[in-house]
Amino acid sequence: MTAAKTAAADAGFVEFDRVQKSYDGVSLVVKDLNLKIGKGEFLTMLGPSGSGKTTCLMMLAGFETATHGEIKLAGRNINQVPPHKRGIGMVFQNYALFPHMTVGENLAFPLEVRGIAKSDREAKVIRALDMVQMGRFAGRRPAQLSGGQQQRIALARALVFDPELVLMDEPLGALDKQLREHMQFEIKGLHDRLGITVVYVTHDQGEALTMSDRVAVFNDGVIQQLDAPAELYERPKNSFVAQFIGENNKLPGMIEALEGQKALVRLATGELIDATAVNVREKGQQTLVSIRPERVEFKPEMMPAGAHTIGAEVRDVIYMGDILRARLAVAGSDGFVMKMRNTLGQTRLAAGQKIQIGWHPQDARALDPM
Amino acid sequence: MTAVDAGMLTTADGRPLKDALARAEGRAKRRAFLLVAPLLIFILVTFVWPILQVLEQSVYNPKFSDNMPGMVSWFASHPVGTEPDEAAYATLVGDLKAAAEAKTVAVVGERVNYALPGTRSLFTAVGRKAKTLEPPFKESLIAVDPKWGDPDLWGVMRQVAKPYTGDFFLAAVDLERDKNGSIVRVNENERVYVNLFLRTFAMSAFITAICLVLAYPVAHLLAVLPLRQSNLLMILVLLPFWTSLLVRTTSWMVLLQEQGVINNILVALGIISDDGRLQMINNRMGTTIAMTHILLPFMILPLYSVMRPIPPSYVRAARSLGATSWTAFRRVYFPQTVPGIGAGTLLVFILSVGYYITPALVGGSSGTLISNLIAFHVNKSNNWSMAAALATILLVAILILYWLYDKLVGIDKLKLG
Repeated sequence: MTAAKTAAADAGFVEFDRVQKSYDGVSLVVKDLNLKIGKGEFLTMLGPSGSGKTTCLMMLAGFETATHGEIKLAGRNINQVPPHKRGIGMVFQNYALFPHMTVGENLAFPLEVRGIAKSDREAKVIRALDMVQMGRFAGRRPAQLSGGQQQRIALARALVFDPELVLMDEPLGALDKQLREHMQFEIKGLHDRLGITVVYVTHDQGEALTMSDRVAVFNDGVIQQLDAPAELYERPKNSFVAQFIGENNKLPGMIEALEGQKALVRLATGELIDATAVNVREKGQQTLVSIRPERVEFKPEMMPAGAHTIGAEVRDVIYMGDILRARLAVAGSDGFVMKMRNTLGQTRLAAGQKIQIGWHPQDARALDPM
Repeated sequence: MTAVDAGMLTTADGRPLKDALARAEGRAKRRAFLLVAPLLIFILVTFVWPILQVLEQSVYNPKFSDNMPGMVSWFASHPVGTEPDEAAYATLVGDLKAAAEAKTVAVVGERVNYALPGTRSLFTAVGRKAKTLEPPFKESLIAVDPKWGDPDLWGVMRQVAKPYTGDFFLAAVDLERDKNGSIVRVNENERVYVNLFLRTFAMSAFITAICLVLAYPVAHLLAVLPLRQSNLLMILVLLPFWTSLLVRTTSWMVLLQEQGVINNILVALGIISDDGRLQMINNRMGTTIAMTHILLPFMILPLYSVMRPIPPSYVRAARSLGATSWTAFRRVYFPQTVPGIGAGTLLVFILSVGYYITPALVGGSSGTLISNLIAFHVNKSNNWSMAAALATILLVAILILYWLYDKLVGIDKLKLG
């Protein structure tokens, strides 16, 4: 994130102010949401299904009303503004291209309902189609297009009337992996080129990490962490985020010693490990230490001097091409994963082999027990 | 591979590919055919064959020709306008005697009566006395009834002597042949069929329109409600289906009649006076109300089946693109329900055009439809050919509508469920 964008984020082009949402009057789907999104920012709402992320998007689009709190767009309260007056472009999960209209008519629709003259309409439609490299398809019907092509058209339709804010509700969910990655790249490119603000909803963390300026991780109606992707991946603030983003090893234990950020954790099986204290406060507290598989080392020369090591037995090693993925038995459980780069000189481990593993203390994060 | 050498493809051992395919698939095809054969035969015997019979009845009526063979050959050998001589009368009496023997004079009289009302008694009377008639037959027949000398009667007999005739179709559209054989409209006070056809189509169109207006919101509600609630509502929609048609119609009689529930309530509320009770039954209103109620599910179900799979995101997309809710409905939602509207209107219209029981029970005289007249000709006047002609016109009219629908909307867009 650039400094300019940071400043804009503080200004808050889109702002959720103490927003709550309940469907049944008994439970809250969104609990006290406070979020500022800067102009030109690409913000992703990431979370498992039922975490409230889509509800937030629908409230912003105007299809759901906030039970409490204010939603502001460019400083104006839009709680009572109907969806068609918000001027927000939206891309839907199933594309929602109108099946009875051609691609050209689909794109002309938002211009038509805005009363834009026919000649201007045509020029804008062509420009929008060219933007997604679909210029030749104006006469086709949506059903005659592949999933990826429909996705591009849906994107073009959401952009054709030059909205400043575009919402995307899991737009790539129905595409296969390769196409999805390609479209991620294209959406990101469009965002950078047009300078629009994008609020993107997904449950795919890979998508969230590659595309976003910032990611808001939702769970249980609350934003668990709002940060740039690298921050989110490397410094998760709680166990949920650590577990949800990427792969993580979890070691439950108790704080043995606490000295500033440095913590010493004693595992249930008695071993001592190093960790960084994140949201633990005192000695004797239960904790869950989370370590990324690619940050686990088994060669003593790679570990910092004086680091604690812990015994492990190799269960199996899976060859994955660019990496080798070893499953280890650590502290009485089988699920510990270590990833090694598949370099020429890499030590090949074998099943049954006994090794000592360790890590830099800042890579092991002592979090709240789940 | 081009289409040209596709015809010359062979299997690995050199047999033509098409033969090999036919042999390989033949067994499965034969088995599939055997499975549908019972239904096919059932439909042929109970549906296609009777319809063909009805079509034939509308142009074929041998009641006269079968029983009066002498007259048939006399008409064949003497051109139109020949004055019937003694020989003709002798043939007539000979035929009448044979018919009296076979007890078919009444049948012959009936056939002549279709074309020239009031002649049935002529034949039944002479049938009783046929044996006593003596030559000269012309005088003795005319002595029984002077009408036997009427050239109109002879003209009509010449017409009905032909077993194949288009006369029933003419009659079905209020036309007839005059003495010279040219086609003219019947007397004004006898014109019933055209008006009844028009009334049938107009009322059916009206009922279809009301059904559409009532069913559209209900179907939409059914489609957008959560499944649990929509199932409950669906049961309410289908409930009338599980009730006998007769029960439903008679309950409308209870509700609508002059001393019925609705009138009583209106009087009790003081909206109408006791002598100003509304006539809501035994007229068009009764037929319209009862038929709309009975046919409503046939409109709701196809609409529902089209609306259910339309995801709410279409309308949402339209709204987010700047359309008001009315524009979103008009431009996005409504066009997608057209196949259901087509199916529903076609279904309800065709059903109501041929509706019989309800108009018979609550229609009175102004609310009866063409099928009531068809039933009349089958049950009462025993003029099956007339009934067949009316039914054929109805069938053709519906086929034309179907064809028009195909041209305008496309039958492949029809979605019945």
